[in-house]
Amino acid sequence: MKNNQNYSQDIAHIRSIMEQSTRFMSLSGWAGIMAGIYALLGIWFANKWLGYEPGGFGFDRWVGIDFKPASLIGLGLAVLILSMGTAIYLSSQKALKEGKKPWNSASRRLLMNTAVPLVAGGITMLAFISQQMYSTLIPLSLIFYGLSLYHGGRDSYKEIRILGIFEIMLGLMSLFLIEYSMFLWALGFGFLHIVYGIYLHYKYER
Amino acid sequence: MTLSIHDLHKAFENRIRLGIMSALAVNEYLDFNALKELLDATDGNLATHLKSLEKENFIKVRKSFVGRKPNTKYSMTPEGQKAFTDHINALERIIQSQK
Repeated sequence: MKNNQNYSQDIAHIRSIMEQSTRFMSLSGWAGIMAGIYALLGIWFANKWLGYEPGGFGFDRWVGIDFKPASLIGLGLAVLILSMGTAIYLSSQKALKEGKKPWNSASRRLLMNTAVPLVAGGITMLAFISQQMYSTLIPLSLIFYGLSLYHGGRDSYKEIRILGIFEIMLGLMSLFLIEYSMFLWALGFGFLHIVYGIYLHYKYER
Repeated sequence: MTLSIHDLHKAFENRIRLGIMSALAVNEYLDFNALKELLDATDGNLATHLKSLEKENFIKVRKSFVGRKPNTKYSMTPEGQKAFTDHINALERIIQSQK
């Protein structure tokens, strides 16, 4: 017959297996830091070189002359792909180091759950671009990204959900404060990513 | 209240079987390799325990092919769900009563 401690261990075992099989805990803090840096470089580049200035567009139609939406889309995609690539690479490395397979039921679930809001957001943004409503790109990207983090956060560190809430709030704020939206975007995608990356790194990786 | 070691299900005494049930309780289904990685078990060992749970009617097996590779997916039956919940409740009551 087992003693009390064994029963407690059984409960601990059940809990640990449930968590391991549903939550991907190998997300790399460094990936967050790098994503923040890419985002800051990206927004700087968009403003300085592509002349992207949401405050100057007006809410509905853009009236400037020098702005090339195709290069902005390209830049946005480049930042997205670099960030995702870095996150996938660093997190797989981390999982392998922990002796886990990076592509397991937990990471699959995380990827699916974040992809749905993200893809919906991407398509929404394309529709707005086709209407030349470039000012809305910043709020939309923050809101949909925040929704995606909030939704996917259940499958990873719980802090991710809070980051999602922050991104959504910044996105909603920037809808009302279009002239400050680049600053809010830099705050959300740049600064917050770096802060969260450092926090996750110190909390879970040391 | 008298209870209880008897409320614990024999099938879940083993750590691997307990692990299989825990994982399937929170996943719609898992395939053999996912379970193997999760529970750190050998092929033979895991297969034996899966068979015995299947015999108890606690888990359901669905075989299919991914390309040419056979793929076996396991999911929990309602009976399994009930037995597992009862088992956890019994564990908790025993721990409580011994405190």
